[in-house]
Amino acid sequence: MGAAVHSRAVAAIEVEGLKREFEGGIRAVDGVFLEVAEGEIYAFLGPNGAGKTTTVRMLTTLLRPTGGSARVAGHDVVADSGAVRRAIGVALQEAALDPLMTGRELIRLQATLHGLAGSEGARRAEALLGRVGLTQAGDRRVGTYSGGMRRRLDLASALVHEPRVLFLDEPTTGLDPVSRKAIWEEVAALNREGTTVFLTTQYLEEADQLADRVGIIATGRIVAEGTPTSLKAEVGKPHLEVGLADGSAEHAEQVCAAFGRRLPAKDGKILVELEHGASEVAKVVRALDEAGIAVESLELVEPTLDDVFVDKTGEHLEGADKQAPPAQAESA
Amino acid sequence: MSGLALNARVVGALGMRSVRQTLRRPQLVSPILIFPTLLLAVQTGGAGSAVDLPDFPEVNGFLDFMIAGAMIQATLLAGNSGGIALAVDLEMGFTDRLFSAPISRFAIVLGRLAGTAVLGAFTALWFIAIALIFGVQFEEGIPGAVLMIVFVTLSAVAFGALSAAIALYAGQASVVQGLFPLLFVILFLSSAFFPAELMLEPAASVAEYNPLSFIVTGIRDQVVGGFDLAVFAETVGAIALIGAISIALSAVALRRRLRVG
Repeated sequence: MGAAVHSRAVAAIEVEGLKREFEGGIRAVDGVFLEVAEGEIYAFLGPNGAGKTTTVRMLTTLLRPTGGSARVAGHDVVADSGAVRRAIGVALQEAALDPLMTGRELIRLQATLHGLAGSEGARRAEALLGRVGLTQAGDRRVGTYSGGMRRRLDLASALVHEPRVLFLDEPTTGLDPVSRKAIWEEVAALNREGTTVFLTTQYLEEADQLADRVGIIATGRIVAEGTPTSLKAEVGKPHLEVGLADGSAEHAEQVCAAFGRRLPAKDGKILVELEHGASEVAKVVRALDEAGIAVESLELVEPTLDDVFVDKTGEHLEGADKQAPPAQAESA
Repeated sequence: MSGLALNARVVGALGMRSVRQTLRRPQLVSPILIFPTLLLAVQTGGAGSAVDLPDFPEVNGFLDFMIAGAMIQATLLAGNSGGIALAVDLEMGFTDRLFSAPISRFAIVLGRLAGTAVLGAFTALWFIAIALIFGVQFEEGIPGAVLMIVFVTLSAVAFGALSAAIALYAGQASVVQGLFPLLFVILFLSSAFFPAELMLEPAASVAEYNPLSFIVTGIRDQVVGGFDLAVFAETVGAIALIGAISIALSAVALRRRLRVG
């Protein structure tokens, strides 16, 4: 989880009924309402094609909305797009980097784009390369970087002008777990320093770990919004899966029923929803032990954001069961 | 920093990137320098007796005539390469990085054209060096050579803007690359490689009014024939016309791209 929200009084991002319709009547974003407070990490969670990237492109002034309005850092994205661009940092999907440039050249170019003097650009490039662990690779061409290094460079370049609001579009898609963790840590650190972060993701774990609040988007609309904990609490309580060593299932069910609603058994295991959450696990174990029931396995299953998504849309998030590709060696 | 100063710095930085990009990618350098140089060698060696044709302009050798054609060919290809590079930037999303910065978005196109201008100037110097090595004498001396560089540089910007417009409209490098054959048709239907007055109809009429012919003649006059104010005016006019139309088309294509997304 990221830093606590600093202030709910100031909205870093305010979106009202935002819409984007493409040629042929395709409505990618269909009336999004949201508000992100200054200093918050907000995750936009949804499957491919849900409207996440289109929303980010509108908020970063890369695409004009066809309806509704949005303000970023207090500026309207259409009427005052220049002021928005001065206030934001953007790292878009697939890390759009020129493979022929070196990492240092890219950050210095980004500094020039934001009006920093040459010497200041050079100083910040050095500092940012150090921050994301790319000092050694700074003078190598980006084409020789691994996926994780590219994402870190992209993140560093988005920070060169110290933006108030940082937009990250699927910052870890396709990365190995080690690289993903490095990006998460950097995003959390930035947030602790006061940067508001708006990120899109299709990874449940990413939203769960990083975000103060999550907006779940499907077919261009937000279907649920809240803290990861509150969203999960909305769809149910954690349940306990009890595997028995012997055949005393009926007796065990009676014991477990005292702690909450019994759920249909699964794979021979007894399932019970814990009325008062994880704090009751020890009591269940004790009760089973006192009843002389031998337990083979015990697993506390928390509701996931995928359960929330299923609850709201009737479908699972794509790849909800496979969080990340297999780990790959970082070629840094 | 004022908006104008910021955008001027951005144009310079993007121009520098564009030049670096070309120099670091051999496949972009070869069409600009190697191919026109080889064609120049082949044509000069194989068709040198063309100078003996009746009504062929007074020259010391075929290279005197051909050098302007090689320059304009390299310039066209430099402009086209700039368009391809811009389309590649669009394809890989690099332009989004630029579009999301607080700069004039047309500065992004101008930055690309600044790089093309530098490459244009470099090609002019390259062919002037070849001409000097192989004994070509410049009728107008050093001022003439400087004027050639200016014409070639400005032409590169004009052709580059046209390629940029197509790149912005299509957003695909393959489309801009597909212009190569068309460029050669336009080039051969001008007086770049052969005097228009010796061509057969209808090619002769097309070449006579082809704006490239006016530009080539203005460049060539610095080597053979000598400076002529009327030709100078026609050359400047042709470059200005192509440049104005191309830049206007680029602006329209850019606006459309930003609107469509």
